[in-house]
Formats: sequence, C-alpha cells, structure tokens
Amino acid sequence: MSAHTSSAEKDAGKPIAFVSAQALRERMHDAVNDPHLRSSFRGAMDFLMAKRAAQFPDESELASLRTLSEGIRQYSLARLPDLLEQLETNLTRNGVQVHWAETPDEANAIMLGIARRHEAKLIVKGKSMVSEEIEFNHAMEAAGVGALESDMGEYIVQLAGEKPSHIIMPAIHKTKEQIARLFADKVPGVDYTDNVDALIRIGRDVLREKFEEAEIGLSGVNFAVAETGTLCLVENEGNGRMCTTVPKVHVAITGIEKIVEKLEHVAPLFSILTRSATGQAVSTYFNMISGPRKAYEKDGPEEVHLILLDNGRSQAYADEQLRKTLQCIRCGACMNHCPVYTRVGGHAYGTTYPGPIGKIISPHMMGLEQTHLLPTVSSLCGACGEVCPVKIPIPELLIRLREEANTAPHANPAMVGQGAGYSPLMTFVWKSWARIYARPGIYRTFSWLATRLRVLTPSSQSGWTAARTPLKPAPRRLRDMVKDRR
Amino acid sequence: MSARDRILAKLRATQPQAPVSAPVLDAHYSPRARDESSAERLARFRTGIEGFHAEVHLTSNADWPELLAHLCADKGIGTLLFGADTPAGRRLDPAVFTGTTLRPWIGQVEEIKADLFHRVDAGFTQARGAIAETGTLIVWPSEAEPRTLSLVPPIHFALLDARSIHPTFFDALRTENWAAGLPTNALLISGPSKTADIQQTLAYGAHGPKELIVLVINAEGAQQ
Repeated sequence: MSAHTSSAEKDAGKPIAFVSAQALRERMHDAVNDPHLRSSFRGAMDFLMAKRAAQFPDESELASLRTLSEGIRQYSLARLPDLLEQLETNLTRNGVQVHWAETPDEANAIMLGIARRHEAKLIVKGKSMVSEEIEFNHAMEAAGVGALESDMGEYIVQLAGEKPSHIIMPAIHKTKEQIARLFADKVPGVDYTDNVDALIRIGRDVLREKFEEAEIGLSGVNFAVAETGTLCLVENEGNGRMCTTVPKVHVAITGIEKIVEKLEHVAPLFSILTRSATGQAVSTYFNMISGPRKAYEKDGPEEVHLILLDNGRSQAYADEQLRKTLQCIRCGACMNHCPVYTRVGGHAYGTTYPGPIGKIISPHMMGLEQTHLLPTVSSLCGACGEVCPVKIPIPELLIRLREEANTAPHANPAMVGQGAGYSPLMTFVWKSWARIYARPGIYRTFSWLATRLRVLTPSSQSGWTAARTPLKPAPRRLRDMVKDRR
Repeated sequence: MSARDRILAKLRATQPQAPVSAPVLDAHYSPRARDESSAERLARFRTGIEGFHAEVHLTSNADWPELLAHLCADKGIGTLLFGADTPAGRRLDPAVFTGTTLRPWIGQVEEIKADLFHRVDAGFTQARGAIAETGTLIVWPSEAEPRTLSLVPPIHFALLDARSIHPTFFDALRTENWAAGLPTNALLISGPSKTADIQQTLAYGAHGPKELIVLVINAEGAQQ
C-alpha cells in the first residue's frame, strides 16, 4: 500500500537484531512520506494526549504524584541489589521459582527448559515487552514450542507477522478494515466484518480455547514487590489473568529494574501509570500474584516461575546519570507526546522499544554500534521529559548518549560501542569552529575572509542541503555594518 | 559464578554510596484523605465503577439474595456458579432462584474446567472491599471462591458491603495491613473486561466477563 508498509514487510517477522540500524534513515524517510501512517498516528496520539490531560485536572496533585513516583523509583534503584535478593527470598518462601538471565539467550533457554520439563506444546502469552525484547516467540518456534499472543493488539500483530508499534497499544498502526481483512484471511471460518465488537468476539472465541489448552502461561510484570514477594500485573482485557491463572504453569519475565521495596509503593505508581498511559483512572484489573496454588486451593497454576533479565540494564545502572533510564514504568506517555514518534510511528525505529524511551534504553540492550543514530532521532523539544511520570530527564540522556556515541573511543567507556559514531573529520570541523569563535582576533580574520570568499561556498553542503538552500556568508559583516552606522 | 551472582556483583560494584531517603507516602495522601460521609463515599464508588460500565444495585443484608435471584432471572442466567462455603454462599436458596440452577463450586478446577468455560453463565463472589477514588472492587479469591470464578464466566456478580469502601487503594492496603499477609492472588477489579486495541474503539468482554454486576449492601442508606 505504501512505502512504509513495504519496508515493514521487508523486516516482517525478523528478530529485531536482524533489522539493520543503518537502515534507520531509510525507514524514517519512508515513514515520514506515508500520509496514511502519519494521519493514523496523529489521530491516535491526539486522542491519547487528550485522555491523559483529562486525568490530571489538578496540577498540584500531578506534581506531588510525579515527585513521589520519582522518589519511589530512585529509592528502589539505589537499593536494587538488596531488593533483588529480598524479592528472591520472599518469592522462594512463597513457592515461586526464581531464575536469573544475563542475556536474551539465557532467558529463552530457561523458558525452554521449563517447557521441556512439562512437555508443553503451547505457551499462551499475556502482554510482555521483555518477551519481545528477547525475541521469545522466535526462540520458542525454533524449538518447536508454540507461543501465542493473547492481548488483542499483540494477537493482531502476531497474526500479521509484524512487531508492536507502540508499547501499550501494539496494533495502533492498523485500521479496523486492515484487521477485518487479516481476520478473514487468517482465522479459519471467519467472514469479513469491520464491526469492532464482532472482531473482538472473534479474538475472544479463538483465544478462550487456547487458554484452556495451553500448558504454560507467560506474563510480564509491572511491579515486583520485594517485602511480600508479589508480582503485580496491570491490564484491561483479562488475558493477563487467564495466562497467570488457567494453565498449570505460569512463567513471569521481567527486567531487573521493575522492583519496589514495599507493597504500598505500588499504589502511587499504579495510579500514575494508568493515567499517563491510556488516560484511565485505573485499569480494569490489577492482579497481585504471591505464589502458586496452595494444597487447599481449587485453581491457579501449580508452578510459578520468575525470570529476572539483565540485558544491558546493569550497564545503565553503573552510571549515575544513565541509571535514571531504569526509573521507567513503561507507560508510553513519552511516545504519545513525541512529535517525531507521531510522524514516523513505532516501526521506523527498528527497535523493540520505540519512541523516546526506546532511544535511551535500546543503546544499553543492543550496544551503540547498532544504535548510535537513535539518540539523534529527536528535536530535543522536551515534551517527553515534561510528561514522564517518574521524571526521567530524557532530553538530557539523549544528549549524553550522543556524546557517548560521537566522542573518540577511550578506555573504560560507560557503554558498549562508545565512539561508534565518532568521525575524526567532523570532530576536527567542530573543534576548529569552537576555536575560531572563542578567539576574537581569529574570528575577525575568519569573518573578513568569509565575506570576501563567499563566492567559493559549495552548493552541496552534506546533510544540510538535502532539504535546505545552501548556507552562504553575508556580503558584509555585522561589525562593518555597525561601524557604518556610527 | 552463576548469572545471578554476576548480575548482583555488577550491581553491587556500582551501587550508589550515598543513601537515598525512603519515600514518604503519607504526605501525598493525607491532605487528600477526604473527611466524607459513608454516603458520599458510596456515591463516589458508584459513579466510578458505573463509568467503567459496571451495573450497581443498592440493597440490604436481608434482601440481597432475592435481588440476585431476580437479576439472574432478568438476564436469563441458566447456571450460576458460586462458593457454597462462605457466609454469602450459604444464603443462596435454590427455591428462590426459579429458572437458574445454583451450582456450588466443587472439586479442583481441572475437574470442572469444561463446564466452567462452556456451560456456566455467571459467577458469584463476595468482594473484600472497594475503593471510592477509582470505582474499584477489591477481590481476594479463596479456597471457597477460586480465582477463575470472577474471571471465566461471562457475567460476574459481586456482593459488596458499603462499610468496606476505602477512600483510596493506599488507604485500603495501609489500614488493612496487606503487607502482613497477601493471599496467593489478590485482585482489583474496575468493571467488565475491555479493550481498545482496534482503532482505539472501546469494546467490552475482551477475555474476562462481559458484564460486572455489583450488589451493594447499604445498611445505612435508602435502597433502590
């Protein structure tokens, strides 16, 4: 249908790591030239921004809640290793098995081990961005285990062989007509209908059978509570409850940073999460899981597992400034308010996490070699930092990542791939520029020369002239014009 | 060294030295804790949960079983699944439920899974309490009222005592000291299941109940 669809198709179904980050410019170009994509994202983002704004009529309440939420996240991160151990102790006491994985491969291997032990043929999945991050579905399919998404948006995206384009609303790039066509083509015995209620009923019927049938349910985690050993899940559809309740094994997977010390800490975070994300006062379900079925209970999983994944998070943790990246509660408000995301959509970034949060977290997960251009996909307008419920200074972090990417490689770098975007010529040009502007004598000589040699300015000036007229020095210097006036 | 030890060692090596003070939640919540009457609190709960598409009926401790029977008849409920071994469950009398079969939950879920998914029309549970601020039910599944009772049947009836409505989630878990002992599964439920995943169009009955009906025992106020 459009240039963007074709580039999305090119990458369709491929694990993220295979999507070339070097093709970022091409994808951005395609996306920004796709009027359908732009109008659907514009509409959706305007809708989400208005809904969020309506949830915060009282600015002082919002300010107080943001400060509190930031405080809770920073406190939790300051004590992260202690809290992880406390969480492990309490979960183990509750009968939950805790696993640790440094890499996506390790996480998938743990999952496969559990699946093999139970001779599982089907894993039914609740929404989990960490499972996207580790390319879970690919790893399971490669090993002959079915992995089926059950969140309606994720189900649609999986059926289409695509990736989520938004962390909260995965199928936001699709119109109901496209979904109607997809269902008619891919779901056996279904005729074309673009009635949304009918489409949801189709999804419900297909997936209900799978909840009954699957041996294992997978979920993410929104908050893990150290003091009680509790996993908290936020959702509207009930598929998260299905995945964590009906199959005989429940496996939860989460990044090591999603932890709080006290149960009461989840109250403000839960409130600011749903209001920031979808503009809901509260989600339909808040599901707190503290263990498998007890001997006297009648339902619930017989086994519960938690996989704690690092995948670059400990690198972000090591640096005081970069650590703030880990405050994130994955609400998606930064993408909803981002002028770049609104114009290109989620697929153009080529990373699991798109938008502002994706630009600051992906370099830790994938290294700067692949992602050094990502922090430049920003106008630094500051909207993301302003709406962030936990006050992550995203614009500052984008500048920091640009520095990490573009300074000459040095010893003990803060990040893998530091200096990946380093260009000696570019550095020389900017350094010379800075030297000229810092010294009045040299500056005067330079500007005198520039006005005299202006006819020699090249008409092609690298990236600048791609979409703009060439820069040319003025015929006369400001200082000369001022002198004339006196 | 295991993955666990390596991750923890990396974090410990770079953990900030300066202590970060513990967050103080009371300051955010206490000025907001409303000095409201129980009628006002109930009204806020009701407005909130009705906004999420739930149906609310006010009743009394004497009348609610009959009201439940009427509602079941109105909605054409063939089979109502419930926990027999609870104070509320013991008050359900088959003689009052004309046209609706009362089915107590017996056995493990594996034994009744097919019926639960395909032949039960509604589930009935008690609510532990509620939250006025957001219009939310607090449901703690138990041995008598398992987790799936409020999840799998297409309609969920919940019985709530108006005296157990808290102003906020924070107040509920603080005053009842949840941290001292949570059940294996604790739930907050605000309306029937829903999704807006297709073109931001709201649709009810995603994967859980399509309808949530709350019967509120309101000892103090007028009934309707």
